[in-house]
Amino acid sequence: MHVLSTIKLPAKLDNLYRFMDVVSRCAKEQGFTQKRINEIELAMEEALVNIFNYAYQDNTGDVEVICSLNNDLFIVDIIDSGIPFNVLSHKDPDLTSDISEREIGGLGVFLMKKLTDDIQYCRENEKNILRFVINKT
Amino acid sequence: MEITKRKEKDIMIISVKGRMDAVTAPSFEEDMTDLISKGEKAFIINFSKLEYISSAGLRSILATAKQLKEKQGKILFAELVGPVQEVFKISGFYSIFQACDTEEAAINQL
Repeated sequence: MHVLSTIKLPAKLDNLYRFMDVVSRCAKEQGFTQKRINEIELAMEEALVNIFNYAYQDNTGDVEVICSLNNDLFIVDIIDSGIPFNVLSHKDPDLTSDISEREIGGLGVFLMKKLTDDIQYCRENEKNILRFVINKT
Repeated sequence: MEITKRKEKDIMIISVKGRMDAVTAPSFEEDMTDLISKGEKAFIINFSKLEYISSAGLRSILATAKQLKEKQGKILFAELVGPVQEVFKISGFYSIFQACDTEEAAINQL
């Protein structure tokens, strides 16, 4: 696996665009279409905002984003040292309920799953590692 | 994100340009809450210039719609394009909101 770029910054909403810029640039260099880059950005935002909001509770901490290439796969790892949290264990939201019952919780995770080709989670060395796998072809 | 508002008869037409994400969506919700509290009840949201929307944007739309429902208000969407259309589709928003191809069609629907 070949690392394309790494960025590590405090887990704060102020840094959202900096993380996204790095990933978009990498994806662009890999020849993805603007549409696909948009989708990758969206999946990224959902993952990052979850971490900003929940990972460190009242403390502060960092998020590291690593873009890499594995043959025909573009891989984005999003790593934090916050509380153990497997986003993939979330149930998919009910997309049929009406306005008053509709809940947004879980929609971000659902979007992430829909917009990537594969998504993996593991907890390693007290870190949450969320991996987006995007097919290049 | 840029929000432009204009009023046609009793209808507030809100055009949103740019990105509706975790950073910008709260200001959309604030603007809408403000208008609703001033008594506005009919809204058309024109998304022709909206390039990007995330779940934070969807959340602010839903919060607005819930406020409006309590006051028997109405909200309609017009001119959704590309990525925004896709996110609305994936999220099942077309089953709870009405969207029209043009602003005029939305005005006639309301």
